[in-house]
Amino acid sequence: MAKVGAPEKLITKDGLRLDGRRLDEPRPVKLEVGILKRADGSAYIEQGRNKILAAVYGPRELHPRHLQKPDTALVRCRYNMSPFSVPERRRPGPDRRTIEISKVAREAFEQAIFAEHYPRAGIDIFIEVLEADAGTRCAGITAASLALADAGIPMKDLVSAIAVGKIDGQVVLDLTGIEDNYGQTDMPVAMMPRRNEITLLQMDGHFTSEEFEQALELAIKGCKILYEKQREALKTKYGGP
Amino acid sequence: MADIIAEIKKDYIYSLAEKDMRVDGRSLDQYRPISLETGKMGRAQGSAIVKIGNTQVIVGTKLEIGEPFPDTPNEGVLTVNAELVPLASPTFEPGPPDENAIELARVVDRGIRESDAIKLDNLCLIEGEKVWVTFVDIHVIDHDGNLIDASALGAISALLNTRLPATKVEGKEIVIEEGETVPLPVVQKPVACTFAKINGKLMLDPSLDEEHIMETRVTVTTDADGNIRAMQKGIAGYLTKEELIKAVQIARERSQELRKFL
Repeated sequence: MAKVGAPEKLITKDGLRLDGRRLDEPRPVKLEVGILKRADGSAYIEQGRNKILAAVYGPRELHPRHLQKPDTALVRCRYNMSPFSVPERRRPGPDRRTIEISKVAREAFEQAIFAEHYPRAGIDIFIEVLEADAGTRCAGITAASLALADAGIPMKDLVSAIAVGKIDGQVVLDLTGIEDNYGQTDMPVAMMPRRNEITLLQMDGHFTSEEFEQALELAIKGCKILYEKQREALKTKYGGP
Repeated sequence: MADIIAEIKKDYIYSLAEKDMRVDGRSLDQYRPISLETGKMGRAQGSAIVKIGNTQVIVGTKLEIGEPFPDTPNEGVLTVNAELVPLASPTFEPGPPDENAIELARVVDRGIRESDAIKLDNLCLIEGEKVWVTFVDIHVIDHDGNLIDASALGAISALLNTRLPATKVEGKEIVIEEGETVPLPVVQKPVACTFAKINGKLMLDPSLDEEHIMETRVTVTTDADGNIRAMQKGIAGYLTKEELIKAVQIARERSQELRKFL
């Protein structure tokens, strides 16, 4: 059941991928912290062709007030894609996919944030995808985590995220759009690397149980690579050892 | 509005978990009693009523002729939708599907789609122009926990029960042959197994009380050959690598029990 426009192979004879990466190599990542003036915290990520902004507002007074919780802050998240972020113009506003991603992204952070320090407050996380090439929820989470840190919100650890998948029968790290479209499997993972706690995991496609274990191992390795880049980005902004 | 659970009940579930026990006497990897009836909805092309314990879900399928997606011109279209109707729980409210209903529908959808359960290329009528669109509508009518597994079981069961009108292509027109039907080409049986993590223990098929206090939730959808086709971690909280590997292993074993109902 080959799809229209599928490349013949996703892994070339020399064992490299179409963009020249090894199987366990992430795309080049650029991270910047504190790039928006009005937001309490912000960050920007480029991961391959992905270009994503993240901003955090809060802790702040939560409206509508009936949502306020007496013992903790409410964490909210909105993942949004700009109409020009994908090949065919995307109709603005939430759709079923972005509503689900907003939910799982929020849930990836709820474990990390010390929300109980701010009863009745709201913490709002905004992820805006400007250019998309697969793995946007993961890149968005990686950036949003830095925006939370930039906003000074206490967290147990940074959250780092990356997708793993299967292309041409091989488990690989950080799929591109072509690999995602024509590969067999996509599995986004987010975790708090220092605590080894996985806070987001989704998967669709086909894995044997052995492949799943291999993929999970690779995802954890990938998260740890991004974790170091996140720390560097924070040090660039704020200094430190 | 959210349900509230008594502290004493919470403590009880927690302390039982420590001894690998549960309030209703089940083992950690045991389902509640399951029943499944198919074909009860006369206006649907296929249907199933699933009960897992007191949880009840009705799934109906409808077929329409529509257009294919541009990138798959010779394949039928699958659409899964879920409604959490207010009669099913005091916490469900009327209105458009909320994030929970959307997540439920999308998790079920991925299990069916990614396991290639339906031979979508057999549902093409005129390439690039006309294909069968299969609507799977999940109607939750009594929510007592674990809606995902009940809905996934109901969805694949309803699809297996679905009959497609026989058609002839005359030029650019599709002629439906009245009264003649053929089975929908369903070739795989994906089954979802959902776990709640409570006090660090994974509990298969969480009841509503268990869902109220669970630390996190994970769903593993497997096919009949034991391959993993879809996964979803839900709600806050975390899982370790070891817990995920264990969930996959239990799901691969226990899903066979659910598959016997199909």
